[in-house]
Amino acid sequence: MADIALHDVTKRYPDGTEAVKHLNLEIADGEFMILVGPSGCGKSTALRMIAGLEDISEGELRIGGEVVNDRAPRDRDIAMVFQNYALYPHMTVRENMGFALKLAKVDKAEIDRKVTEAAEILDLEVHLDRKPSNLSGGQRQRVAMGRAIVRDPSAFLMDEPLSNLDAKLRVQMRTEVSRLQRDLSTTTVYVTHDQTEAMTLGDRVAVMRGGVLQQVDTPRVLYNSPQNIFVAGFIGSPAMNFFSGSIAKGKLKLPFATVPAPKGVDADGDVIVGIRPEDFEDAALAPEGHSHGVSFAAPIEVLESMGSEIYAYFTFEGDAVSSDELAELAQDSGVADTPGAGAGRAVARLSPESDIKEGDKAKLWFDAAKLHVFDPADGSNLAHRAKDDPKRPPPAGEDEPDEPDG
Amino acid sequence: MNRAPRDYLKWTVGIIVVVFIAVLPLVWIFSLSLKTPATVSDKSFFPKEFTLDNYSTLFQGGFDSPLLRPLINSVSIALIATVIAVTLASFTAYAIARLDFPGKSAILAGALAIAMFPQISVVGPLFDMWRALHLYDTYPGLIIPYLTFSLPLAIYILVAFFREIPWELEQAAQVDGATPWQAFSKVILPLAAPGVFTAAILVFIFAWNDFIFAITLTSSDASRTVPAALAFFQGDSQFTAPTGNIAAAAVLVTIPIIIFVLIFQRRIVAGLTAGAVKG
Repeated sequence: MADIALHDVTKRYPDGTEAVKHLNLEIADGEFMILVGPSGCGKSTALRMIAGLEDISEGELRIGGEVVNDRAPRDRDIAMVFQNYALYPHMTVRENMGFALKLAKVDKAEIDRKVTEAAEILDLEVHLDRKPSNLSGGQRQRVAMGRAIVRDPSAFLMDEPLSNLDAKLRVQMRTEVSRLQRDLSTTTVYVTHDQTEAMTLGDRVAVMRGGVLQQVDTPRVLYNSPQNIFVAGFIGSPAMNFFSGSIAKGKLKLPFATVPAPKGVDADGDVIVGIRPEDFEDAALAPEGHSHGVSFAAPIEVLESMGSEIYAYFTFEGDAVSSDELAELAQDSGVADTPGAGAGRAVARLSPESDIKEGDKAKLWFDAAKLHVFDPADGSNLAHRAKDDPKRPPPAGEDEPDEPDG
Repeated sequence: MNRAPRDYLKWTVGIIVVVFIAVLPLVWIFSLSLKTPATVSDKSFFPKEFTLDNYSTLFQGGFDSPLLRPLINSVSIALIATVIAVTLASFTAYAIARLDFPGKSAILAGALAIAMFPQISVVGPLFDMWRALHLYDTYPGLIIPYLTFSLPLAIYILVAFFREIPWELEQAAQVDGATPWQAFSKVILPLAAPGVFTAAILVFIFAWNDFIFAITLTSSDASRTVPAALAFFQGDSQFTAPTGNIAAAAVLVTIPIIIFVLIFQRRIVAGLTAGAVKG
């Protein structure tokens, strides 16, 4: 058991590119920390630096209080689960799981006991004498986990361990990983590009972009008060809708409505406004007596009924918001290549009782208190910026936290 | 196999023809080796007078016999060359496959160039050099040129095999607590075993079959290998050609190669089916 602390850690390659820039991160003993971000954001590099598989160009890495920058991976007492599992193909499951102990010269009976114990936890007893090539994807994944847990290391590092599994198995293994970590309470750093995994698994989530840490906090805080437009767009599924708006004299003008500017946001001029899909509702079903509710009419393009909820895609006047951050997110998810990506479109999550029809010009409602307002220049959350300034009153929404619905 | 009968027939005939052409000379030599000196040139495929004298005379006289000493030399030199070549080649190939260092492509290109160099062009200079260096007519005198010409090939084969092995396996071993040497010897090398054996077979065959270096760089039974020794066989009298003896020696020389290939072929097949990383 140990805490992991990264202090001003930078990874610079010989050609000058920086994969990780001045990363500061404190991971407490027993904490489940998720590193999340689109591909190429430096999250894997950060993990590999913790593992010792990449050199640290600048900064300091401490595991259990000791600086380990110059220690070889084998001297760091960490276990890693690789994306492709990296099981040794020429060894049986038993040998795979016992390899680290064998290298550590643990005696045979003890290795046997530990491997059997881990195999029991992971339900692998019957497979112990098989080779990895005879196992299914899920079983291999469990062997990889087993190889990590038999060692009882001070930390687990996991590099997208579930990304090679099919969707159904992934959900199941996600629960499994979560349960294991809770039972063992070993410090865990988990890299993923999947925001659902990030939200469901982590005690805290660190969102990275282009080698820079954007925000570290509990999934709930990330969801409810993202520090900038990138975090807002990345966390949540379906993603937050963004509209261009402008603030003048305390009024926020949106493409489809004008509302009072949220408390704490007193900047004038152009802004980007984010509204989560679930903060919309069918106007007919809007909560009674809600003080911040605003209704507007919008043409519904497509309705997707999921049974428990309905996703309504509607169009609005004007173009979609353009910003570097959103462009990168779109690029990463592949949305950028779909036709009509540039037009003004948004998605609302409606109650299943809604009887809105496709093609209707329907009346929608949204909660104006739950707007997120961002600076179009640097993408920062204007409410946060206000909060950071001690002279200003606390922004709206902060004192009434609401449940993430995602 | 789901082939049409006509295809099947075509392949069968083709294979028989190819095998017949390839094997006939060998069988003919075998037949020659069983003939008596009197009938050796009677042009019949099956020996009329059957004898094993050709074999036994090869070993008459123990260490002074025509074949025993050269056979020992051949086996020793080929084995030593194979072990050294495979060891050096696996280190080199590992470095080339895993590391990015300046001059990497130059090393590979250089190795390839050496392998393509005509052997005959270096034999003369080597003869002079080896005499000056007292390597003439010694084991190292043959092993060194064999390494020069077989290492490049071994390196190429092993680089290809090492590149196939996922990098993560070695990293997993490192994280599991292995030193670089342990990661190499316990994880990477066993996985590259098919490549190692392929390289070993090719180096061994090269050293075993070589004639040009063996005939030029040796002068006595101290280091003369079988292919060179064959050229020094004499008949029973000055009027008889040593055809039968040469044929018998040729048969004997072929046997170790066949055994060597058969043993390692099993390993190669076993290695190739050992299983992949993900699926």
